This record gives sequence, structure tokens and C-alpha cells, in this order.
Amino acid sequence: MEKFVSIENVGMTFDTKKGKFVALRDVNLGIRQGEFVSLIGHSGCGKSTLLNLIAGLTLPTTGAMICAGREIPGPGPERAVVFQNHSLLPWLTCFENVYLAVERVFSETETRVQLKARTQSVLELVGLAHAMHKYPGEISGGMKQRVGIARALAMEPKVLLMDEPFGALDALTRARLQDELMAICEKTQATTVMVTHDVDEAVLLSDRIVMMTNGPAATIGEVLEVKLPRPRDRLSLTQNADYMAYRSAVIEFLYTKQSHPLAA
Amino acid sequence: MTTLSATALPAGPYAGALGANATHTKEHAMETRKEPAKASAPSDTTQQAAAMRAFFAKVLPPILGLALLIGLWHLATAKGGSIPTPAQTWEAAAKLFADPFYRNGPNDQGIGWNILSSLQRVAIGFGFAALVGIPAGFLLGRFALLSSIVNPIISLLRPVSPLAWLPIGLLVFKRADPAATWTIFICSIWPMIMNTAQGVQRVPQDYLNVARVLNLSEWKIVTKILFPSVLPYMLTGIRLSIGTAWLVIVAAEMLTGGVGIGFWVWDEWNNLKVEHIIIAIFIIGIVGLILEQLLVFLAKQLRTEA
Ligand SMILES: Nc1ncnc2c1ncn2[C@@H]1O[C@H](COP(=O)(O)OP(=O)(O)OP(=O)(O)O)[C@@H](O)[C@H]1O
Ligand SMILES: [Mg+2]
Repeated sequence: MEKFVSIENVGMTFDTKKGKFVALRDVNLGIRQGEFVSLIGHSGCGKSTLLNLIAGLTLPTTGAMICAGREIPGPGPERAVVFQNHSLLPWLTCFENVYLAVERVFSETETRVQLKARTQSVLELVGLAHAMHKYPGEISGGMKQRVGIARALAMEPKVLLMDEPFGALDALTRARLQDELMAICEKTQATTVMVTHDVDEAVLLSDRIVMMTNGPAATIGEVLEVKLPRPRDRLSLTQNADYMAYRSAVIEFLYTKQSHPLAA
Repeated sequence: MTTLSATALPAGPYAGALGANATHTKEHAMETRKEPAKASAPSDTTQQAAAMRAFFAKVLPPILGLALLIGLWHLATAKGGSIPTPAQTWEAAAKLFADPFYRNGPNDQGIGWNILSSLQRVAIGFGFAALVGIPAGFLLGRFALLSSIVNPIISLLRPVSPLAWLPIGLLVFKRADPAATWTIFICSIWPMIMNTAQGVQRVPQDYLNVARVLNLSEWKIVTKILFPSVLPYMLTGIRLSIGTAWLVIVAAEMLTGGVGIGFWVWDEWNNLKVEHIIIAIFIIGIVGLILEQLLVFLAKQLRTEA
């Protein structure tokens, strides 16, 4: 098994006003090229922290982060991020927000017309053709999230990192985008790491589900290999006994082994 | 909650638990939510009355304040003395403003010319300060090392009265006029640098993370991320600069002479025309107020909502 992304003995300690805070310790994980991995765990356990480490936005206190055989030196467009809080620039329209990313990645090989067509088609993909020229302040939370997804997809990254990308969406849009995402990942063979709170989403989309223990000093509790055949169809899976078994395993981990920590 | 949770799959025994865990706003709820219907439309006349009341509530108190000031002034001066009464001052003002743009040689010009030449000095000094101060602020905000080198110098020089720089200006420029402009430059540049630098340091980390993931060029970072998010801070700097510049120009012109509202005040003091000095005080106040309001208006126009 060739590891494309490799997380080796990683620990992350934050310096806070109250002293050191150990967020992650002894995290070990290898991710194959083209694999879809979900990170699941209770709020505050360090899912975003781990994702930011893969993105290179923060550097680990201990251990090594490796991508494509080299230590991750910092962030870069080959590892696109869908941020938890969407992080759109409020002074640019949705189109301009996505265009900024498209221009950065493809401007050396494509004409402006092509760049614009690319931006437009990815916005159409997430169902935002009608709101393309609105500012982020003028659209709903779910729409902002979709622009954030479009921005990351448009970059055609080697590694797609998503922090609760479907969190703010309604059930129907969420299901549609999950299907889109599965198709895109199939097509582009992008290595994907997705943070989620949603058990069904994790089982439906993932090749592996990485379950994290509660913080502080969180680490990987269990890793569940989801061996459902692809392409997966959400309707036929409802009858699938394996599917139900995977689902129960995750729920068992979250609600029995790591019952929700009391609010600190 | 269950029906809104992730997928259309049959809900297992725990499905509700996760749904209840999610605190996210559901998109459809947001998209279809309408403003609550306005209370039944009031009739035209009551609406008009309400508008009138709102108008008076806003305009009446300031007028009352002004009237009070003039009243006190009248009471204090009515018995005679060296300070003129409001009526005398008004008379002098009417005469003064009847011909604001006359020219009788270099030292005797209309009030209009005096105001304009003060404003011109402020504009030039301030313009140069913006040209230097805003880029400097960007650099200081962006590069921590530079800022730790330059900050002590700024902290040392900032509390110095700009008038202390006037002799240096006279020495370097050999003439009074650019020396006055120079003091304006000095007093305007500090708020501009400080506020711009602060704005750059306060750019939300989220936006910088976007720039880092996209690996944007420094030019794109400045134009697409730093500049728009620093703009409100910059405008605050500009507003403070203009305010102090207008304070300082009067003092500077008193020292340098020539044409200008500050010089005019000093000249009228030498001529013992006290009513003109009072008029000048009002003019300086009103012009300052107008400058301030213009910038507040500009700031409002440029604000972008997140
Ligand atoms: N920059 C930071 N400085 C100090 N502590 C931090 C920092 N970032 C995260 N933490 C802490 O690390 C822990 C993990 O945070 P993280 O954001 O990764 O959680 P999460 O699993 O993504 O939670 P959620 O599901 O609510 O998004 C939390 O206790 C948080 O307070
Ligand atoms: Mg998070």
C-alpha cells in the first residue's frame, strides 16, 4: 500500500494564555492516493487541527507530516481546503472568489475565457449559477458553504481537505452534493480528507473512517475500513446489511466508547 | 430534526442523536425566511406627523444648543468690554463675506483666499503624508522585524508637537510656505502609519489562510486581501490626520505669516479687530466639521459587509 499522505507520530501543542494545551498526541495515519478518508469525533477533539496540519496551515509540534514523499513545508494549492467557516472574501462576488483560485492555478496554461468558463461551470456544479454575481453578504450560510466547496473543487487539487463541508446545508442539497462529490472523486481520483459530524455521510462517502478520541490530547481511537462497492447508491444501500453494520460501529464508538464529554 | 439530518436513509435508533447534535442553520430555512410583515400601514397623516416629529427631534436640540451659546455670549458682552457682542460680530461678518475674494497686495486679501490657501497647504501636506504613510503602514504591518526596528523611532517622534518641526522646515526649504506644509506633513503622517499598520495586523486570519492555501503572490495579497480589509482602518487614519492637520495649520501660519486663516487671525489681533478673531474661530470650526463629515460619509460609502 503506497501512502500518499503520511502522518507520523504527530503531536500538536498550542501555547495559550493559560499555558500549554495539548490538542493532539501520537497521531499515526497513512492515506493512499485516491482514498477518501473521513475524520469523525466529538466537537473540540481536534479534527480541524488535524486537517490544518495536513493543509500545512499549522506545523506539528512533534512528528512529521509527509505528502507525496516530501515533508509538508506549508500550505499550497495542490492541497485545497474547504474551510469550516467558508472564509469567502466579503468584498468579492461569489464568481470573483472562485476566479481568484482558478486564476492562481490555471492562468499559466489557459486563456481568460477558459478561466471564466471553468469558474462558471464549477459554480453551476454546486447549483449557484443564479447567485454567481452576488456578494457573500447577500447569500445564505449554505450558499456560502457551496461557494467554498466550488472554490476548492475548481483548483483540481491532488488532496482535497474539507472541514464539515455540508454542515450548513439542508438535507436535499446535502444529498445532491454528496453524490456530486462522490462522482468528482471517482473522476479526478483526488485524495480526500473530510471532517464530519454525520455518521451516514461518513459511511456513504468514505473508504476509511478515522474515529478520534475526545480531547484534550486526542488521538485516533479506531479506524474503520468501509468495503462497500463503488459506485455507491444511497437508495440501494438502505437495504444493505453491511452498511447498517458500519453505521452501528461508528455510533457505538461515538456514543458508548467516547460518550460526549461534559462541557468544560 | 431527524427528517433534516444527513441523508434520506431510514433512521436507525441513534439517527436523531446526531441530528440534534448539529447546530447548523438549515439553508432552506434561511433562504425562505422573510422579514416579518411590517405592522399595518399607518395612515398618511400620522406617518407625516411621525416624520415631522423625528425631524424636529434631530434638528431642535442642536439649534437649542447654538441659541444657548449665543445667548450666554450676549449676556456676557452686552455690558461692554473688549469682546464684541454677537450682533456686532454678525455685522462684521456680513461685511467680511460681502467681498471674500479681493486682493490688495500680498498681505491684505479676502477671507476666502485665506481659507483656500490654508486648505491648500493642508491638502498638499496631507497628500504627501498619505503617499508616504500608507505604504509605510502596510510595510510595518506586514513585516514584524521592520516594525520592531521602526516602532521605537515612531514612539519617540510621535508625541513631539509638529510645530517643533517648523524650524527644520524653514531651514531646509528656506521659505515660510513649504515649511508650514512640512509641519502638516509631519503631523498627518503618524495617524496614517499607525492606523494602516494596525489594520494590516488585524486582517482576519481566515482571509490570510485563504491566501496561504492559494499561495497568492504578494501583489494579489495586497490588492485582493490586505487593501480591502485595511481600508476602514486607513480611513480612520485619514480622518484623524485631517483633524490634527487642520488644528496645526492655524498655529503654523501664525508663526510663518503670509496668506492663510492662521495668519489672518494673528493679523487681526495686531489690528485689534476682535470681532474678526471670533469670526475666524467660527470659520475654523465649521471648516473642520465639514472635513470630518466628508470623511465619515466617504467611509460609509466604502464599507463592505461580511
Ligand atoms: N490556535 C489555537 N490555540 C489554542 N487552542 C486551540 C487552537 N486551535 C484549536 N485549539 C484547541 O484545540 C482543540 C481542538 O480544536 P479543533 O478546532 O481542532 O476541534 P474540532 O474537532 O474541529 O471541533 P469542531 O467539531 O467543534 O469543529 C480545542 O480544544 C481547541 O480549543
Ligand atoms: Mg472543527
